[in-house]
Amino acid sequence: MILRGRAAMEFKKLINTGIEKVKSNYKEGKFSPFFAILLAIGIGLLIGLIVMMFSNIGESIPAFFTLTFGGLTELGDVLYKSIPILMTGLSVGLAFKMKLFNIGAVGQYTMGMFFALVVGFYVELPTGLHTLVAIMAAFVGGALWGFIPGLLKAFFNVNEVIATIMLNYIGMYLVDMWIKGSGKMFDFAATRTKILPQSVQLMKIGSSTSLNIAIVIGILIAITLHIVLNKTKFGYELLATGFNKDASNYAGINYKKNTIITMALAGGIAGLGGAFAILAPSIIANNSMTYEPINVLANNGFMGIAVALLANSNPLGIIFSAFFVSYIQKGGSLVHGGFSYKPEIADVIISTIIYVSAFSVIISKSVGDFLKKRKERKANPSGSSDIKEE
Amino acid sequence: MGNYIIEMLNITKRFPGIIANDSINLQLKKGEIHALLGENGAGKSTLMSVLFGLYQPEEGEIRKNGQKVQINNPNDANNLGIGMVHQHFKLVEVFSVLENIILGVEPSKRGFVDYKEARVKVNEIIKKYNFGLDADELIANISVGKQQKVEILKMLYRDNEILIFDEPTAVLTPQEIDELMEIMKSFAKDGKSILFITHKLNEIKEVADRCTVLQKGKYKGTVDVKTTSVEELTKMMVGRDINLVINKEEFKGNKSKLLEVNDLVVHSATKGKDAVDNVSFFVNKGEIVCIAGIEGNGQSELIQAITGLSKASSGSILLNGIDITKFNVRNKTVTGLSHIPEDRHKYGLVLEYTLANNIVLQRYWQPRFQNKGFLKKDEINSYAEELVEKYDVRSGKGINTITRSMSGGNQQKAIIAREIEKDFSILIAAQPTRGLDVGAIEFIHKQIVEVRDEGKGVLLMSLELDEVMNLSDRILVMYEGKIVGDLDPKKVTIEELGLYMSGAKNDFKGASSDGV
Repeated sequence: MILRGRAAMEFKKLINTGIEKVKSNYKEGKFSPFFAILLAIGIGLLIGLIVMMFSNIGESIPAFFTLTFGGLTELGDVLYKSIPILMTGLSVGLAFKMKLFNIGAVGQYTMGMFFALVVGFYVELPTGLHTLVAIMAAFVGGALWGFIPGLLKAFFNVNEVIATIMLNYIGMYLVDMWIKGSGKMFDFAATRTKILPQSVQLMKIGSSTSLNIAIVIGILIAITLHIVLNKTKFGYELLATGFNKDASNYAGINYKKNTIITMALAGGIAGLGGAFAILAPSIIANNSMTYEPINVLANNGFMGIAVALLANSNPLGIIFSAFFVSYIQKGGSLVHGGFSYKPEIADVIISTIIYVSAFSVIISKSVGDFLKKRKERKANPSGSSDIKEE
Repeated sequence: MGNYIIEMLNITKRFPGIIANDSINLQLKKGEIHALLGENGAGKSTLMSVLFGLYQPEEGEIRKNGQKVQINNPNDANNLGIGMVHQHFKLVEVFSVLENIILGVEPSKRGFVDYKEARVKVNEIIKKYNFGLDADELIANISVGKQQKVEILKMLYRDNEILIFDEPTAVLTPQEIDELMEIMKSFAKDGKSILFITHKLNEIKEVADRCTVLQKGKYKGTVDVKTTSVEELTKMMVGRDINLVINKEEFKGNKSKLLEVNDLVVHSATKGKDAVDNVSFFVNKGEIVCIAGIEGNGQSELIQAITGLSKASSGSILLNGIDITKFNVRNKTVTGLSHIPEDRHKYGLVLEYTLANNIVLQRYWQPRFQNKGFLKKDEINSYAEELVEKYDVRSGKGINTITRSMSGGNQQKAIIAREIEKDFSILIAAQPTRGLDVGAIEFIHKQIVEVRDEGKGVLLMSLELDEVMNLSDRILVMYEGKIVGDLDPKKVTIEELGLYMSGAKNDFKGASSDGV
C-alpha cells in the first residue's frame, strides 16, 4: 500500500507537470510532442478514412464512426485487450531507454505464456497462490528469453535485434513443439490447449467481459518502472547508458551487467504479458483461454513495439498508448462485424499513426514555427518588417 | 561608406533566453587581416554562422562593397567569395589533395571529371604560395599542417577573396604556426581580405591589422592592433584584468612516488600498431607532470589506458603502490583516480542529463547520495548547488539545466568541479582547457595548481605549449608512442620543445630500436 500511495503521488505529480509543460509551451508558441502525437493520430485516422472510402464509399462514413467511437460501447473489452500489449509495450520501452531494441517481446511473451501453462497444468495449488506462482514462472520464462540476447550483446557484442528475432522463432517453435508433445496440456481433438483449472485463472473485474485484476498489476508495474527509471541508482545508470554509452563507461557504470539485467527484466515483463493473456478468465463458466500452436508469431509481441514507440518509451505514456491501440483495434473489429470491411483496417490506421508519429519531431518543429510566425505577425501587424528601408 | 569589402552592421541574433549577438558591427577592409577576438560564448561562432547564412539575424544587415546582400545559405556565401577554414577540417581522408580541392566544384567534360584543367590550376596556386604540396598525395598520408594547407587551397581554388580562419593554430606546431602567419600575410599583400578568429593574443599582435572584440554577445569595439597592448585587448575581451602567468611556488611537502607507469604498451586497432610503445614514467606527490606532443602521438591512448577507458596490452600501472592495471573504471576511481577526459562531450558528460545529475556522475553510488538503491534527490541537489556556487558554473536554469544547452566553458567547469571535489590522490587532466577562453583557462589553471599544493599529483596532457610551459613541474614529450624527452620547463625553450615534439630530438634514442 505504501507503494501505491507513493505511486499515486508520483502519477499526480507527473500529470501536473505535463499540464504545466503544455501550458508554457503554448505560451512560448512551441508545439509540444504530446500534440504531435495527437496530430499523428489525426492523420492516421484520416488516411484510414481515405482507404475506407476507396474500398467502399457508401459505407465509409458510418463505418469510420464505428471505428473511431465504437470502442466506447465496449470499454471493458478494450481495457481487457490492452493488458498484454501494455506488458509487451513496457518491455520494449524499458529496453529502448537503454538504446536496446528489443524485438524479442514476441518470443519472451510466448515463453512467459508457456511457463504459465506448465504451472497451470502440472502444479496443483490453492486458488490465488496458483495464479501467483504461474505469473512468477511466466516472468522467469520471459526473463530467460531476454537474458540470452542480453548475454550475447554484453559479452560478444551480438546485435540484439538479430539475436531477439532469431529467439522469437526458436521460442515459438519450441513452445508449439512442447505443447503438442504434452498430453496433459494439449487437446488433440480441438488442436488447442486444454481448459485451464479455475484455480490458476486471474480474478475477474465485473462479469460481462474478461477484464481482470491483471490490468491493475500492469498499471502498477508501469508506475513502478517510472519510479525505477527516475528515482533509483539502477534507473540513473540505465538512462545514462542509453543517452551516452561512453560517458557511462567513464563513470564506471557496468555496461555488461546492466545490459543483461535490462534485457532480462524486459523479457520478464513481456513474459508477464503472455501469462496475463492465457490466464485471463473466460466469460463462459468453467472455461478458459486456450492457445492454438499453429507456428505463428504472437502478434501481441509486435504490437508492443508500436505501443512503446507511440509513447516514446515513457512507461506512464505506454499505459495510455496501450489503451489507445486496443481501442482502435476494437473499433476495427466492430467495423468488420457490422460492415463489409476487414478488421485489418484498424492495423492500417495504427501503422499509419506510428509512421506519422516517427515524424513527430519534424511536425512539432514545423507547426511550432508556424505558430511562432503567426504570433509575431499579430504582434507586429504592419507585417512588412523584411522590406524595411534603413 | 568607403572601402569595406564586407560589412556586418548591427547584427542581432536571439536564441530562446539568450542574445547571442547584440547589435554587432564587423567591417572588413580589402586587403587587411582582421582579427575577431572573444571568449567562448562571446558570439563569434554565431556571427560567422550569420555570415554563412546558417542563421538569419533578427536585426541588422550584411553588405558587400557597400551593397546590401541577402545570404540564405552557405552557397550564397560562397558565391559572394567568402570561404572558411574550419577548426576541424572537412576533408575526405581516402581522397587525394586534388580530389579534395575540387570536391563540389568538379570541372567536367561530357560527364567526366576534367582533372587536367583542375590540376593545372591547383599546381599554379601551390607554386605561387610555396605550399610544398603534392596534388596526388592522399590526405590520410599527410600531416595536419599540410591538411590545413589543403583547406586553404580549397578557398583559393574557388577564387574566394574573403578568407575566414577559425582558430587555425590550435592543431599546429610552433614552426607550422610561423609558416601559417607568413602565408596569411602574403594573402593580404595580394589583396585578399582575411578574418582571423582566435583567442591567442600574441598571434593577433603578430599578423592582424585591426581587431574586433566581442564580449558576452556584445560589441566591445574595433581597435588598431599596433597601438593596442595585449593587456588592453585582454581587458576588452574579458572585462577585467587577467593574469595569464601562473604564480606557483615550489612544492615543499613530501615528494614520494604516487603514480608509476612501467613498460606500458597499448595496441591500437585503428592505427594497427602499438600507439603507446613501452612507456615508463612516474608522478610524485605535489607534482604536475605534463605530457606534451603533437596530437596523435599516443598521448590519448596512454591516458585512456591509465584511466581504464581502454585496456593496456602489457606493462603495469601503480597508484599509491597498488597495482591498478587490471582494475575497472569504478575501482580505479575508488582507489583515488580522478579524470578530466579529453573529449567532454563523448566521455565527460551525459549531455541529456541535468547539471545536477552530471555533477554526481562519479559518486551517485556513494551512500551519501543513495540509500538502498534510491537516489537521494535532495542531497544530490544541494551538493550540486554547492559546487555550482563554488565553481561559478553558469547556466540558464541552474542545476536543472540540461547540460547540452550549456556553453563549453561552463560544461568544462562542471566536470572540473566534479572531479576535484571528490576524494582522489591523482588528477589526470587531458586537455582540460581545450577550446576555452582565457577567463576559464585562468580559473582551471588555478584549480590545478591548488590540487598540486594540497600534495596531490597531476598528470596533465596538453597540446597547448603555453600551458605546458607555464603549468608543469616536469614535461614528458611523446613522439610516435614513445617518451622522447623528460624536460625541466625552467630550462627548456619553446623552440627546443618543438624539436622534441616533431621527433627531431630524442633523449631516449638508445632505448628504442628504430630511429627517427
